[in-house]
Amino acid sequence: MGWRLMRWALLLLFAVFFVVPLYAMLDFSTRQAGGGRTGEAWAALVQDPQLSSAIITSLLLAALTVLGMLLLLLPTMIWVRLRVPKATRFVEFLCLLPLAIPALVIVVGMRNVYTWVNYLISDSALTLTFVYIVLVLPYAYRAIDSALSGLDVKTLSEAARSLGAGWPTVIARIVVPNIWSGVLSAAFISVALVLGEFTIASLTNYENLQVVINLLGKSAARVSVAASLASLIFATVLLMALSYVGRGRRAQEGSLL
Amino acid sequence: MSTHRTGADSTGVEVVLDGLTRRFGDVVALDRFDLTIAPGEMVALLGPSGCGKTTALRILAGLDRADSGHVRVGGRDLTEVPANKRDMGMVFQAYSLFPHMTVADNVAFGLRMRGVGQKQRQARAAEMLDLVGLQTQGGRYAHQLSGGQQQRVALARALAIEPSVLLLDEPLSALDAKVRTQLREEIRRVQVEVGTTTVFVTHDQEEALAIADRVGVMSEGQLEQIAPPEELYTRPRTRFVAEFVGLTNRLPATPDGAAAEILGSQVPLLAGSATAGAGIALVRPESLSVAPSGDGNATVVTRSFLGSLCRVVCELDGGPEVVAQALIEEATDLHPGVRVRVTVSRSPVLVVAGD
Repeated sequence: MGWRLMRWALLLLFAVFFVVPLYAMLDFSTRQAGGGRTGEAWAALVQDPQLSSAIITSLLLAALTVLGMLLLLLPTMIWVRLRVPKATRFVEFLCLLPLAIPALVIVVGMRNVYTWVNYLISDSALTLTFVYIVLVLPYAYRAIDSALSGLDVKTLSEAARSLGAGWPTVIARIVVPNIWSGVLSAAFISVALVLGEFTIASLTNYENLQVVINLLGKSAARVSVAASLASLIFATVLLMALSYVGRGRRAQEGSLL
Repeated sequence: MSTHRTGADSTGVEVVLDGLTRRFGDVVALDRFDLTIAPGEMVALLGPSGCGKTTALRILAGLDRADSGHVRVGGRDLTEVPANKRDMGMVFQAYSLFPHMTVADNVAFGLRMRGVGQKQRQARAAEMLDLVGLQTQGGRYAHQLSGGQQQRVALARALAIEPSVLLLDEPLSALDAKVRTQLREEIRRVQVEVGTTTVFVTHDQEEALAIADRVGVMSEGQLEQIAPPEELYTRPRTRFVAEFVGLTNRLPATPDGAAAEILGSQVPLLAGSATAGAGIALVRPESLSVAPSGDGNATVVTRSFLGSLCRVVCELDGGPEVVAQALIEEATDLHPGVRVRVTVSRSPVLVVAGD
């Protein structure tokens, strides 16, 4: 009885800890100056051109980061596993390195590179994709690595090769479908990270969602809180989807025949 | 047990491995390895781990590259051809079915890679599953099958593409004893039926001797001897082969020309034997006879029952322990401690120079 009570008390405590700030955000963002409720701040999420453009930028950044990360990481990790297993530790070290380097140091280091990126490619905020790919590497690496560990990649790819499959087919048709949960986890966690990224964008003077939320916080506090809450909810939904996927998808039911 | 015949009406091709050398750092896995396999023949490569048999198979499959030497199949040099263009079916030691595909999709995968239409793929997959006795399992996934069934599907998948060569890399070693015996017979039946030239790598001599047309015994990257199973067993050409294949007793011998004196009997020598000096005869247990005798030359140490046969271990007077094989009815009096006379039959033996 005592334990049960304790459990409920703890649950309540945590619920209060998490829910109260969220409720406070919702309450604040829907409050009208003279009293009563209004959805103006939420409507501004799509109506405010600066904010909606920042939302689009952040969503595009998230999509491009996921794409770039998968294109870079998947073939590399599969190749290392198959052909140069000795390099596994080195690749892991490289991928985990961004965790150990503070964002400020990354920005200072990237400044010279970005001068060239801006000069040669574009000065669009979307060029942040490059640095975001580096930023998400540690998390994406872990997710894909654990999925790959559960698979005999060597034997499966050799079997596919002996049956006539080229390397792109081996990766797309044999390896990826079997590590799909890892790939999705890597993608979701990257999206969540990019949508919440503030430091680098702010220090490099680009306007992504978090930077604009911060700016709005100074002029239109309610809109800024609505945007924060919206991005929080979006990230939570993503992470819940991740845990659902991570629970282990059994073999896909899709048929090749 | 096995039919030991090469598919006469075979569709197989000749396989030639010519002077293959492969080093891994300082270790020489293959050392100028030569092997020619006749069309439709099944050759087993047998040897202890690290002898290079799997390396040879992987080079033939295109999954590994030789430092030097050539691979020719059907007269065509495939040395530089990648694995996916070699047209070889392979069954691996580890379970290798694609987990996200049904059994039928697995079997049809190679055909899909060759651009075969859906209907033909389905028909061929069904035909292949029928061949390995799994016609009702097409809709299942690998994790729903037993180990033996998975290897059967892998065999069907390898054969579905009508490969020029079938490669079997210890396909039975992950299975339990009973399934192994069943499946090896089945592999042989299917191989004879389709007539594909086949290379079977194993470290299990019983398996190799039971199903192959010829068995190649490998040691330290080289082929020690390649011969039909009976010849390999009865006429080993080297000490390694004699000792690796089957049980062997080491008895003191005095070779003199074409025969040697072993335990008081004159026994003809096999080719490759030492012809003079003190030697050691490598004698099979079934070539030794044991009979109770008060003035014998040995004492029975143990006797073990093997079904229709008995294995009797005797200690020779002032000499080593030997293992003999006798029929049950001949061994009734051979209890531990009984004095016996051990003699050698007249079948030719290999005598090597003494240690």
